[in-house]
Amino acid sequence: MNVKVKIQNLHKSFKNNQVLRGINLDVCEGEVVCVIGPSGSGKSTMLRCINLLEKPTEGTIIVDGFNITEKKAEINKIRRNIGMVFQQFNLFPHLTVEKNIMMAPVDAKIMTKDEAKDEAHRLLERVGLLDKKDAYPSSLSGGQQQRVAIARALAMHPDVMLFDEPTSALDPEMVGEVLAVMKELANGGMTMICVTHEMGFAREVADRVIFIDDGVIMEEGTPEAVFNHPENPRTKEFLEKVL
Amino acid sequence: MDFIRTIQQGTPLFMEGVLMTVKISILAILIGMVIGFFACLLRMSKNIILRGIAGIYIWIIRGTPMIVQSFIVYFGMPQVIQTFIHGFKIDSYTAGLITLSLNAGAYMAEVYRGGLLAVPKGQTEAARSLGLSGAKTMIKVVLPQAFKVAIPSMVNQFIITIKDSSILSIIGLADLVNRAKVYVGSSYQFFATYSIVAVYYLVVISLLMLISQYLEKRMSYERKG
Repeated sequence: MNVKVKIQNLHKSFKNNQVLRGINLDVCEGEVVCVIGPSGSGKSTMLRCINLLEKPTEGTIIVDGFNITEKKAEINKIRRNIGMVFQQFNLFPHLTVEKNIMMAPVDAKIMTKDEAKDEAHRLLERVGLLDKKDAYPSSLSGGQQQRVAIARALAMHPDVMLFDEPTSALDPEMVGEVLAVMKELANGGMTMICVTHEMGFAREVADRVIFIDDGVIMEEGTPEAVFNHPENPRTKEFLEKVL
Repeated sequence: MDFIRTIQQGTPLFMEGVLMTVKISILAILIGMVIGFFACLLRMSKNIILRGIAGIYIWIIRGTPMIVQSFIVYFGMPQVIQTFIHGFKIDSYTAGLITLSLNAGAYMAEVYRGGLLAVPKGQTEAARSLGLSGAKTMIKVVLPQAFKVAIPSMVNQFIITIKDSSILSIIGLADLVNRAKVYVGSSYQFFATYSIVAVYYLVVISLLMLISQYLEKRMSYERKG
């Protein structure tokens, strides 16, 4: 299997605060990796390093064979291949749902306006929100906004999708609809790295589960192994608290 | 209290004044918006010297009365420049426009900054994560939202600029207040004259408020199409 994302010896510090202390991780094409761990453990920071929203202090990250931590890396081009979904959705409030999705592909000149519009409609159909194409984000529920955010990221046809606690800001009854879209995406063969607190989702959808604490990977394996037979005492302690 | 006679006799003079007030205010607002834009850029730059320059400019303007600033520009500055350029003079209109523009610029810089800071960081991150450049993110995502937030404060600043222009009557700018003073000097119709002046200001500022309400409605996100 092709390695899509290769993280080697990743360190990240904020001033004197060491958040990541040597992360090594390979994610293969089509693989779904769920990252779990206590808050403040560095899992979101690791995710944000993969598209350089945070600049690594040390280490290399290779996406699709390109070293993105190199100085001369073309960051805007690289980011087009890496979709990201945020906890707070971050839809653009001054644009309609359709225009939110069309903006990036048109700006990058990989689609004409008409093509982007067709693509937006296709994606909205896929996440079940075609009837909301002319609505503004503020008129949508949290779950609907997050589904639009996923569609927006997909419009760039990324090779990898990063999810940063995509359901943490949602009311409980809306978590399911977002997870359903993510599941459909996973089944379609998308390479995904999801930071999540949804253990049920991780258990069901993930090919591999990674437990991060104190800025290092403490344990990794299949969901079955990590959830049912955790070896590291920290993993056990964490799972006892959340399950 | 002879309103009718004051209107009959004074109107040509008042109209001349109100035109000057409107002209210098609009120009100062436009120039101030440009100065404010650059001052805001400097103030938010990473370079500490550039940030310092903008900070000092805003500090001086905000920390001193406009009447003193206008005296410095009208009376003081020519004195200094005369040591280099013999016989240098500045007319009250130019001096007034410089003072009013610098004033509006300093306050506009802060209005812009407030608007920019009001846009959540997540908006920039979302745009950048989609591969938009820093400049494109600014133009397509941050500025439209910042502008919308800033409109009420901007309109407020426009109103203050229009009203503050009356201070420039002291250095001899032939604005509405200055023309009224001329008329009062010969007619002694204090109450009628200054009441009419107040109405002129009310009309000008009300017009501005109507325009801004229209703009705010048009900028609302909930509009269709």
